[in-house]
Order: sequence, then C-alpha cells, then structure tokens
Amino acid sequence: MKKTLSVLLSLALVVTMAAGCSGGTTTSSEDSDVIKIGVFEPLTGANAAGGELEVEGVELANQLRPEVLGKKVELVIADNKSDKAEATTAAARLIEKDKVVAILGSWGSSLSIAAGDVVKTNQIPAVALSATNPQVTAGNDYYFRVCFLDPFQGTVMANYAYKNLNAKKVAIIQEVSNDYSVGLAKFFTDSFTKLTGDPSSIVATGNYNTGDQDFNGILTNIKAANPDVIFAPGNFTESALIIKQARALGITAPFIGGDTWETNEFITVGGADVEGAVMSTFFDDTNPLTEAGKTFVAEYKKAYPDRDNIAAVTALGYDGYMMTLDAIERAGSADPVAIRDALAATKDFEGATGMITIDENGDASKNEAIIKTVKNGIFTYMDSVTID
Amino acid sequence: MVVGMTMETFLQQLINGLSVGSLYALIAIGYTMVYGILRLINFAHGDIFMMAAYFTYFGIAVFVIPWYITFIITIGLTMLLGVTIERVAYRPLRDAPKTSLLISAIGVSFLLENVATYLFSGKPQAFPEFPLMTTPFFIGGLSFQPVSIVIPIVAFVLMSALLYIINKTKIGMAMRAVAVDYDTAKLMGIKINGVISSTFAIGSALAAVGAILWCMKYPSVLPLMGVVPGLKCFIAAVIGGIGNVKGAVLGGLILGFSEVLMVAFFPALTGYRDAIAFVILIIILLFLPNGLLGKKYMEKV
Repeated sequence: MKKTLSVLLSLALVVTMAAGCSGGTTTSSEDSDVIKIGVFEPLTGANAAGGELEVEGVELANQLRPEVLGKKVELVIADNKSDKAEATTAAARLIEKDKVVAILGSWGSSLSIAAGDVVKTNQIPAVALSATNPQVTAGNDYYFRVCFLDPFQGTVMANYAYKNLNAKKVAIIQEVSNDYSVGLAKFFTDSFTKLTGDPSSIVATGNYNTGDQDFNGILTNIKAANPDVIFAPGNFTESALIIKQARALGITAPFIGGDTWETNEFITVGGADVEGAVMSTFFDDTNPLTEAGKTFVAEYKKAYPDRDNIAAVTALGYDGYMMTLDAIERAGSADPVAIRDALAATKDFEGATGMITIDENGDASKNEAIIKTVKNGIFTYMDSVTID
Repeated sequence: MVVGMTMETFLQQLINGLSVGSLYALIAIGYTMVYGILRLINFAHGDIFMMAAYFTYFGIAVFVIPWYITFIITIGLTMLLGVTIERVAYRPLRDAPKTSLLISAIGVSFLLENVATYLFSGKPQAFPEFPLMTTPFFIGGLSFQPVSIVIPIVAFVLMSALLYIINKTKIGMAMRAVAVDYDTAKLMGIKINGVISSTFAIGSALAAVGAILWCMKYPSVLPLMGVVPGLKCFIAAVIGGIGNVKGAVLGGLILGFSEVLMVAFFPALTGYRDAIAFVILIIILLFLPNGLLGKKYMEKV
C-alpha cells in the first residue's frame, strides 16, 4: 500500500515537472507568426475582482482585433495574486518564459510599481490600465498608462467634497499598505486644505492594512471627530466593510472614494449601506464620448448581456489593448523597443474612454473624470468634471 | 494626532474590543486544544475557519437552506473536515519528529487556501445579512450591534461547556490523560485515536461557530480570510499559555482589547495594528515563557 502510494506520488511529481518544462522551449515571438502580449493582473487575492474586470476588457478587444501586422495576437494572462512580491515574479515570467513583446496591466498602482524595474531592465513596454499613482510611470521610459493620475483625481474629489457637499471638515481613511490609497489621500488632502485655506480641515485620519476586516476602532475615533464627509480611497472589499461598520456605529456622514470602488463586490458586500457612496472614475457607459466608446459598449453588451453596467476599468483594459496594437502597427514590427517608441509617440488615439495622447512622462493627458454614485444597487452616472 | 477622547468614545472602543477579543478567544481554543494533546501547532486551523465561512455562505446564499439548519450543517461539516485532516495528514506522522507534523500542518493550510481559491474564486463573496444580529441599537451615543453582545456570551458559554467536558466527563479525563503522558495513556487502555479525533472535532466546531459569528460581523468571505485571524489567535493562545483553555480565552481578550485600545489612544499608529499582537507576544514570552496561565506540567488540554 505504502509502496504503491510512493510510486504514484513520484509519478505525479514527474508529470508536473514535465508539464512545467513544456512551456520552456518557446521561442521569441518576434520571429514566429504570433505576437504575444502579456496581461498582468491580480486574479486572486484582495484585488481579484478588479483584475477580472480589466481582463474582460482586454479579451473583448482581442476578440475584435485578433491580428496585427498579419500575425495573430496571443494573450498570455499572468496572475500577480494582488501581492507586490508576486507581481515582480509574474512580470519577469511573462518576459523571460513567455517572451511577450508588451505587457498590459496591472489593476492597482502598487502592483504596477512593483513590476516597474523588471520591464525597464528588460526593455519591454508596459501599459498600465487603471494604475493612477504618478510613480507608476515616473522615471520609467517603459511604463505608460491610459488612465488619468491621482493628483487630478484627488483634486476632483476635493472639489466635489468642498463645492457639492459643502464639507468643511473631512476625515480620511487610507489603506497604508497600498501606494494608490496613500497617494490619493495625500493629493486629496493637499487640494482640500487649499480650498478651505485651513490645514486643520482634515479632522481625523484612520489607517488600515489590506485584508483587515475590523474597522470599528478607527471609525469610533472618526465618529468622535464628527466630520462632514469621509474620504476613503482603498480596496473595494475593505471600503465596503468600512462603510457598513460606520453605519452600524451611527456615522451618517457621506462616504466618497476613488476609482477602485467600482466593482460589483463593493455593492454585494456593502449592500444597502453603500447606497449613496460617491466615487470618481474613468468612463460613463451610458454616455460614451467617442465612436470607439460606442463600439465598445455595443460589443460589451453583446458579450455580457446580463450585466447592469460596464465598469470603467473594463473600458481601460479595452483601450490599453487597442492602443498597444495601434503602436505595434505604427512601429511596423514586434520589436519591444520599437513598440515602446511608437507608444511614446501616441497622439490623438481614439479610445473608448476618450482621446489619448501620451505625454513626456508616459501618461495619458486626460482632464475629465466621471463621478458616479451607487443608486438602487447600481453604479450610476452623476456628473462629469473637467479640470484644466 | 491624538483625538481628545470622551467617555463615550472610550466606552465604544471597549465594546469593540470585547467583541473582537471574544472572536479571537473562540478560535484560539482550537489551537490550544490540539497543542495540548498533540504538541502540534495546527497551522491549518485558520483555514478550517475559512472553510466554515464558505460552508455557511453556500448553505444560506447559494442553496437557500434556512440559517438554523445551515449552522448545524456547517458545524457538522467543519468537524468532519478537522477530523479528516487529522486522519489524513497528521495521524500517519504521529511517530515522526514534531517538525514533520508541523510541515504537514503548513502543507494542509496551503492546500485548503488554494483549493478554496480554485473552487470559489479569489473574489470576495458577500455573506448573507442577519438584520436581527446586525441592526444596531443606540444607548446614549453608544452603538450596540446585537451580534457584538452575542459573541462574548457564546464564547463564555462554549468555554464553560468545554471546561465541563474536560474536567467532568470521561472523554475529558481521557484527553487530560493523553495530554499529560501520551504513551502511558495508551498503555492504560485509552483509545488514543478516538481521543485525538474528538479533540479535533471540538476544536473545529469552535472554529465553525467563530466563523459564523465573524461573518455576521464582517460579512465578506475570501479564501485567505483565515490567515490573519489564524495567526492572531495562535498568538492569543500562546499569550494565554498554549495548552490551557482559560488561557486561550484570556489571551484572545487581551489581544482584542489591546488592538482596539491602541487604535483609540494612538490613532496615528493604527496601520501597525497587526504588529501590536507580535509586540505583546514578545513581551509576555520574555517574562513568562509559558504564557500567562501556562504551567509546565499541569492542565494541558
């Protein structure tokens, strides 16, 4: 019995080893008749729901435009497990093992920043989809992005709090282990204190870690500070739990946040308590501004007829893929450095989320944000804001 | 940035601490019982807790079984899971060095996490709402969620029941005998396997109750949700003196209160909340290597 078991076990080992090796012989996709593009997203862990939405957008774009330069485009999806250490490994694997010529992703600035050095050293261009922290592209010629940046988003939400909600006192709850959340909270603080002219108008700050579930401690402090509005940029699950626990503690102040809230899990976990929560995001599916946007919405509804609305990050996934293919076409080759140069020269590319021109930092110069709120359990368009 | 604290805020924080601490206590008991009997730190305990949360979620939200039946099924399935893990992963290694057992426990923990990720996806599931338990009521400015009061009561009742089982029943006597001397107990005709299985069954049942209450309070279910509570409850068990049931409860409460009070008095340090558990652990172990209630050769179940 024991012997058979050990034979079986060693067999299993050999089989897995063989499976592991089979992918190792891939040649560089430059010369072959497929072009490989890596998709670098959190598909498990705390950010999984966000990653999945972006992959949907990338895959939809891939179905609509499966070829470039007469070659088939193959997507290689790598899970970075919502973990900064895993993110580096996942990006390295895409480059070294799968020989991708470009990378799309990731949802989450921290994860993109973690992969920054890998793409830079290996000279493989990467297009961040919804990573809004300035550090993603700063000092990195190989990282680009199709979304707006946090200094802009922070200003949008500070204006919203000050002008639309007449807030004089704001409390901030940030996810300290997340560069996106800390950065956005800082930019919001800068803008808001400038608007009020009063540095003490941020009356309380609460910190938590990704994966925390109990926020009663920080919320009790915040309740004592009695803010008019609570700004809580951070991951969707934690944010939904924060709002739920705040309501249970009797906090009635409105909650506002950033683009990461726009996932279905925010609503399923938060339930009735997240009704009225307001966030800034990239795209309004009920009113696409470009022809590409209309095509995207129509195709998405064909592919997913049962969805109530389309997440903005899905549109960004679509744009990231289309913009990269446009760059490969303009470069006329699948050489990563040529693709990089073409990406950097992107001008007036018509994306689903608006016109994209890449500036000298590798960022999309965008000056419009969409404000959405949760209404009857659906993310609903409220306003669009332009800041010059 | 220290917010001036009113009596109201302070009392509210104490309520928060009591309910978190009691949850830690329930899970910590499972660690302490297994350690008492097998000298094994069952690293899979946090993941057994996670699986219990999924059982409840599937029972109520997916298969629409009434909650009271779901709770019974969940407790039953979780006990079965705990006993199966012991049977498959620990029993064959019982005579192997303790390190092998420990590695096996870590392996089971990873296995459960990955199986859960594979089967249930990495996305959070919303735990069904229990308005009766979560709708807050207010006394003065203080908010009470019924569940926050139910948790300490359940923890206390279960602890008392467990102490009764350990000290007054036959199986409890057998457990104590095995804890004191495994080999002699065997020679005395105690059915070791049965005793160990029931230890795992009881520990897992408590984890299941902990999971149900945890999810009522924090209604999201994730494959990795057991990692941090598992680690903290293990620390709670060590603080109280691992192997000692009262110690586990005491350790859980101490941990819950200190976390919340640190948040209350030093709001700027809230990001280090998880670190406080380890700081307390180190301090207590420096002065009391056996934990608060741990005595070297006594009461190790």
